[in-house]
Amino acid sequence: MIVDIGIIAAKALMVLSMVLNLAGVLGWIERKASALIQDRIGANRASIFGFAGLGLVNTLIADPIKFLTKEDFIPPKGDRLLHTLAPCLALFPALVAFAVIPFGDILVLADRTINLQVANLNVGILYIFSMASLSVYGIVIGAWASNNKFSLLGGVRGSAQMISYEIAMGLSVMGILMIYGTLELQEIARAQGNLLWGWLPAWGIFLQPAAFLLFFTAAVAETKRIPFDLPEAESEIVAGYHVEYSGGKFLMFFAGEFAEIVTAAGLITTLFFGGWQVPFLMRDGFHFPWVGTLFLPQLVVALLQVGAFTLKVLFFCWLQILLRWSLPRFRYDQVMRLGWKMLLPLALLNVMVTAVLIVAWQSAPLKP
Amino acid sequence: MILFLILAGLSIVFSLLVVFQRNVIYSAMALVATLFLIAVLFLTLEAAMVGILQILVYAGAIMVLFLFVIMLLNPGLLEGRSIAWWILGSLAAVLLLFVLVPFLSDSGRLLPGQAPAGGSFGSPESLAQSLFTDFVLPFEIASVLLLVAIVGAVVLAKREV
Repeated sequence: MIVDIGIIAAKALMVLSMVLNLAGVLGWIERKASALIQDRIGANRASIFGFAGLGLVNTLIADPIKFLTKEDFIPPKGDRLLHTLAPCLALFPALVAFAVIPFGDILVLADRTINLQVANLNVGILYIFSMASLSVYGIVIGAWASNNKFSLLGGVRGSAQMISYEIAMGLSVMGILMIYGTLELQEIARAQGNLLWGWLPAWGIFLQPAAFLLFFTAAVAETKRIPFDLPEAESEIVAGYHVEYSGGKFLMFFAGEFAEIVTAAGLITTLFFGGWQVPFLMRDGFHFPWVGTLFLPQLVVALLQVGAFTLKVLFFCWLQILLRWSLPRFRYDQVMRLGWKMLLPLALLNVMVTAVLIVAWQSAPLKP
Repeated sequence: MILFLILAGLSIVFSLLVVFQRNVIYSAMALVATLFLIAVLFLTLEAAMVGILQILVYAGAIMVLFLFVIMLLNPGLLEGRSIAWWILGSLAAVLLLFVLVPFLSDSGRLLPGQAPAGGSFGSPESLAQSLFTDFVLPFEIASVLLLVAIVGAVVLAKREV
């Protein structure tokens, strides 16, 4: 009993700390990446007693100190309670959404079966969408409570944009759900270990390439980053919804954004890139088609799976950062047109085509 | 049981806050909190699907649109209502209570925490099963109704002024 609770707590703590730490590291990676892309050196001033060698470690220590020691300013005509509540509302959904994303298959340790996933809900992906839909409040409330015109503009833009892209995001994964026939992310990840025609892993990207593009676009729009950073838009409305935020509260918005990146990367990995699957790695080892089998102990397999998941998540975090420093910002009407007139109809089309193909496939005489 | 009492108490407090707040934004946020707490109540009753849909649709989408409109119009504090308003409102509330009482007293007398439902009850599969087989006609009629509403909204918005 105690051990079971301990295992659950350990899993929750592990995932939470992974998301939070990765958010911190991404803050540094983003600065370094932007420097790399713009041919600069980037964050290199943080030094501990004149020692600036370990850029990452120094920045990771210096950043929170800097944020937390700054004055926490609340606009005098703003709303104190809501101004304080808003960063919490922004950070909370981003941190808890990762709970249903599986980071490994089941692990059998001392005749105890551990499902490497914090919470196995039968509504799985809908839970993530509902948390994503709650993350709008941080922006809207923060914008309103600041009593600032730029903030309010950012908040209005943010709420309209996130509502619009939630619909496209939800519809774009419908095809995936139809193919794997479940809402549970662990089941979806497990189903992607099957092989098509004996050699191609049944990853979502191979079965639903259009859905991947639609979902990735919508997910980037949900994280409110360039090219969809209309709620912030430094050159138009200063910093949008968090214009009036400083110190620790700004850090919470900041960390929330990076936590959303990590969650989006985890979701993309799970839905379209096999989650924790390593190609041809089964529970007892590698089964290469045409070549042969390499048996591995169970712990090694589990470590490989968790490692593969982490690598894939890191890759998609990197891809999002790369995108943010490569593209210009959309105009507001372009964002709305893209969401409602392109992503939404294309997602509906994808659902229809998938449905027709599934029915045709099931009635076809040859199945893989 | 304790969990139920805490959740129910909190949701009653927040729903009262919805009505008694002068500030519209506070009212809206209290309504969000109420809906969220009711969703958690559904979760404790093994109805994860209904609970999550409650958050997704009501707390996450409809209330955001409420806030959007409130922010666009940006009304000030509401002035106190007159006595007539309070009397009418209380009357309506009492009438609603009379409608609800028979249902409440007849609902099988199950205490929360003793939900007999188990197995696949409330799972997405069983929900879809009943929605798309037994109740497919009402489901389709409801979707046509929504379509009519959308078309009507577009027509109204596009009208030359």
